[in-house]
Amino acid sequence: MTTKIVIGLDGTETGERAIGFAKDLAERIGTCELLVAYVIEWSPYTFQTPEENAQRHKRREEEIVLANERVVTPAVDALKAAGFNVTGIVRHGDVAETLNAITVENGGSQIVVGRASADGIKKRLFGSSTQNLVMHADVPVTVVK
Amino acid sequence: MKTLVKTGVSGAAAALLASPAMAQEAVGLDQKINQAFADLTGPFVSFIFAPLPGTSFPWIVMWLVIAASVFTLYFAFVQMRFFSHAISLVKGDYSDPNDAGEVSHFQALATALSGTVGLGNIAGVAVAVGIGGPGATFWMILAGLLGMASKFTECTLGVKYRNEYEDGTVSGGPMYYMSKGFNELGLPGGKILAVLFSIFCILGALGGGNMFQANQAHQQIAGIVGDYPGWITGVVFAVVVFMVIVGGLKSIARVTEKVVPFMGVMYVLTALVIIVMNADMIGWAFGQIFAGAFTGLGVAGGMVGALIQGFKRAAFSNEAGVGSAAIAHSAVRTKEPITEGFVSLLEPFIDTVVICTMTALVIIITQQLIIDPETGNYMLNEAGTAIATVDGNSGVSLTSAAFGSAFSWFPYILAIAVILFAFSTMISWSYYGLKAWTYLFGEGHTKELVFKVIFCIFVVIGAAANLGPVIDFSDAAIFAMAVVNVFALYFLMKVVRQELASYSERLKSGEIRKFGH
Repeated sequence: MTTKIVIGLDGTETGERAIGFAKDLAERIGTCELLVAYVIEWSPYTFQTPEENAQRHKRREEEIVLANERVVTPAVDALKAAGFNVTGIVRHGDVAETLNAITVENGGSQIVVGRASADGIKKRLFGSSTQNLVMHADVPVTVVK
Repeated sequence: MKTLVKTGVSGAAAALLASPAMAQEAVGLDQKINQAFADLTGPFVSFIFAPLPGTSFPWIVMWLVIAASVFTLYFAFVQMRFFSHAISLVKGDYSDPNDAGEVSHFQALATALSGTVGLGNIAGVAVAVGIGGPGATFWMILAGLLGMASKFTECTLGVKYRNEYEDGTVSGGPMYYMSKGFNELGLPGGKILAVLFSIFCILGALGGGNMFQANQAHQQIAGIVGDYPGWITGVVFAVVVFMVIVGGLKSIARVTEKVVPFMGVMYVLTALVIIVMNADMIGWAFGQIFAGAFTGLGVAGGMVGALIQGFKRAAFSNEAGVGSAAIAHSAVRTKEPITEGFVSLLEPFIDTVVICTMTALVIIITQQLIIDPETGNYMLNEAGTAIATVDGNSGVSLTSAAFGSAFSWFPYILAIAVILFAFSTMISWSYYGLKAWTYLFGEGHTKELVFKVIFCIFVVIGAAANLGPVIDFSDAAIFAMAVVNVFALYFLMKVVRQELASYSERLKSGEIRKFGH
């Protein structure tokens, strides 16, 4: 059975370091699969206008295309070029919850993320996604600085 | 819904408007326009609001109540059988995580609710209880419960027959289920119904969903800061509406859509606090509601008077059968159209059974209605048309006084709530009207812009003038939507029954199940 490592990206440069760490880890483990995941922050409990609702599907598709183009595909391509067995996934939802769900669904054995870049009041009030992930994940989480 | 019911809120509004300055302004051209408009639309208005022979019961209310009863029986009390399932759907228990990012059931419900919760719940209920007595509350709740079945029917169809375009956007509503549904069943006339519905929907959107809202918002602001010309409010509102619907300025819409539910929750919570503060009166209040429902307790028209007021209020407040909610709900991308029907049946429950009842209870419990100590019946005012109230209040001011008797600052919050409710209703109806417009004239940037600009112009007109006949007409247009819509629903309800049977079976067999979270 191969080990599967999930790399959670947030589109910032900390993601690069998370990828670097995961590469290092994968090389040490040997037969290892990588799953590059990007979660688009989204809540089903927001309030929207009828017009926003009508366009929601279109926007969602656009968001997924954009996330793939800018974040996931470049990372996947780079890892493939480096000889890794890698796939990518983009999903909407709460970042911590969704990253954990993706890992559990795909049989991932651990998660590697970059340290979150949230700041200010929001972080103090709600904690960062990284904190939430570390607290609630079902598998070990490595946070790369 | 917050449209003016002629007998009700307009009385209060008219009283507020009767300042000498306004009276002078109204003379001249305005008056001529009003008169011409009234003459033109009078027959239509009289027809829609005509009472059943020998009663004062408008046939349109009967039409909606009968429809709600028929759907309730036809779907074997779907509103009770699937009530808890509807709540599970809203909570997202049945949502596939892979569909995350699409419009959720919660969002569709919240959007549709912000279009219906408003003046009707605040002012309209006061009118109903003020005229029909506490007993009106009983009939209002009953009609609200029945109306859940109408919503269920129209919203299921709205999703099932909506149009999905290549770019991923959607358009749905009664006009689409009329034309596509009738076609599918091989019935003639679907297109004609759809065109009729669209015309009434545009008129209703410009009137009840716009001018009336602007007018009431202005009344509220003027009530706080003192009288000033309505066109100023109108221009401010029109600019803001323009920025949202034409400029695509999402931030304002987002703030409103967030504040409105907050206001709604706060309203209900405050009502609950007042009720709990008078806990010893709760039993008495319900006693009054039940006794009043069957005896009238001396109100004008007795038991029938209470019943008429209660039914009217529920029908006017939750829009069940009007077809507007079907437009709002059709934006949800679901594999099962019927799930949206289940979710929508919560709307009349929240709007009428919860919020309207809160208003009624607060008015009763704070004893705004004067009881004759000798007979235990309610005393009528001098004209004999309504129950005498502590300060002679009616409509919004009655609700305001009831809440104000417990919390003196609440009337200010209420005024802000009314203004925000008015704004969110305008945004909702601008969309309903737009969908009807594009159904008639086709989709396209310029065509849509024309409607949106017309909509903004009507905001100014609505706030500036005392357009009684126009408001009567726009009310009539909204209920004319219901005439066409309910007629179509009778033909299409068997489609919904097939969906319901299939869905129930799969739910039982476990094919449709909750997703683990």
